[in-house]
Amino acid sequence: MDLYIIVFYLFALITLASAAIVVISKNIVYSAFALLFTFFGVAGLYVLLMADFIAVTQLLIYVGGILVLLLFGVMLTTKVIRVDMRTATVRTFPAVVIVAALAGTLIGIFWSTDWPQSPASDGFERTIPQIGEMLLTSYLLPFEIASVVLLVALIGAAMIARRERKAL
Amino acid sequence: MDNVYLVSVVKFVMYVAIVLISVILIGWLERRISAFMQNRTGPNRVGPFGLLQILIDVVKLLLKEDIVPKSANKRIHDLAPIISIAVALSTFAVVPFGNTIEMFGSEVKLMIADVNVGILYMLSITSLGVYGLTLAGWASNNKYSLLGGLRSSAQMISYELSMGLSIIGVLMVSGTLRLDQIVLHQTSYLGGWLPAWNIFLQPVAFITFAVAAFAETNRLPFDLPEAEPELVAGYHTEYTGLKFGLFMLAEYSNVITASAVIVTLFLGGWHLPYAEYLGLSPFGLSILQILTFCVKVALVILFFIVVRWTIPRFRYDQLMNLGWKVMLPVAIANVLVTGLVLLVI
Repeated sequence: MDLYIIVFYLFALITLASAAIVVISKNIVYSAFALLFTFFGVAGLYVLLMADFIAVTQLLIYVGGILVLLLFGVMLTTKVIRVDMRTATVRTFPAVVIVAALAGTLIGIFWSTDWPQSPASDGFERTIPQIGEMLLTSYLLPFEIASVVLLVALIGAAMIARRERKAL
Repeated sequence: MDNVYLVSVVKFVMYVAIVLISVILIGWLERRISAFMQNRTGPNRVGPFGLLQILIDVVKLLLKEDIVPKSANKRIHDLAPIISIAVALSTFAVVPFGNTIEMFGSEVKLMIADVNVGILYMLSITSLGVYGLTLAGWASNNKYSLLGGLRSSAQMISYELSMGLSIIGVLMVSGTLRLDQIVLHQTSYLGGWLPAWNIFLQPVAFITFAVAAFAETNRLPFDLPEAEPELVAGYHTEYTGLKFGLFMLAEYSNVITASAVIVTLFLGGWHLPYAEYLGLSPFGLSILQILTFCVKVALVILFFIVVRWTIPRFRYDQLMNLGWKVMLPVAIANVLVTGLVLLVI
């Protein structure tokens, strides 16, 4: 099981180090780019936990979809419109309060949860049929609600993008 | 356990060697065919039929100076071709190039990684290909490069959707996400004589998938990211030497992978119709199946090359219209019709 431990720490290190860069880096393009490695590390951890479907979906949706659009936006703003996008420290006091509350909650959850020490199964099982059936039977309502929420977001985006600009 | 690692390493090394050699061959083939179609001679001096020309070109690329523009972002400029080539080479891992074969005294599946979610893995890795191109365009700090990079991201995002949706039709027919099972499903016969390849069961999905594959590999008629008359060389304008070579390598590896995936999903993979009636030994049959797979992939690659030198480039708005207003509705309709037919049968 030694190799397993080594790989786990490797992925954990990738995830945490790149996540730190996301937060600390002043250059927002670097932040967006470091997020790529964070998502990658998390996907690797999912594979170690024998959750192949979740790992691949993580890559497909977060890395292949959301992050591309994010990077797209960041790059277009800095290069084409020539806005210097840099992060700076502002409003220290409210930030400290909110972060302290959030960190307290997370640490509380961290201590009170009973963490499983090993993957739920020894090998990769065929989980996709089960996931599909569950989504269309027991969890049909949340599934449909999620799709409605996405539709609303889509319509909202179209509304904002196609709005007629009034003369300034 | 050691045996498993050994087999994987052997398969991996063989695969990389085969891909690199094929890239050289395809490069030569492309130049010869384009010359033939344009009534030119093409490379014919170095080696028999100019076969060694590409090898010479590789040496040239290796020896050239690596120039990085002064205002470029050095780190990302270096990283972009590496991402491109890594993504291009990893997609192939789940493609089965044969059924099973006796190797090191055990039955070995002829694919590098036997993954439960094979198709999803393939889709997710191809969706990462955008990063190499976009980052190359951004890091070069050149307007042409940036436009090329942005075009490529928009194009790949648009065509990934119809690609994914056309695969759903295949999934509904075969009922599995494992690529080896999908090939096995195609080895039966329809009405006793027609091989049950998915191209006959899912012709519409085949067409949408093939078009999307052309767009994903940035080949003509979808090579807008590097349209020479408008963008110099697009995202790799500012690349020289080995890094430029890596982009070329990635492009041709992508063509190989796309062809292999088309063969696997729609053209029966390693299945040679009626070969099981020839009465060959299991080992002979395995070799024959691998050869069949290689020939099929080579034919699809040939198709890629011929299309490149036949069809003119799309305009950008035509490209987006085709992607969103034609391909996507057709792919969705295909899923609906397939569902209805499966329900009736």
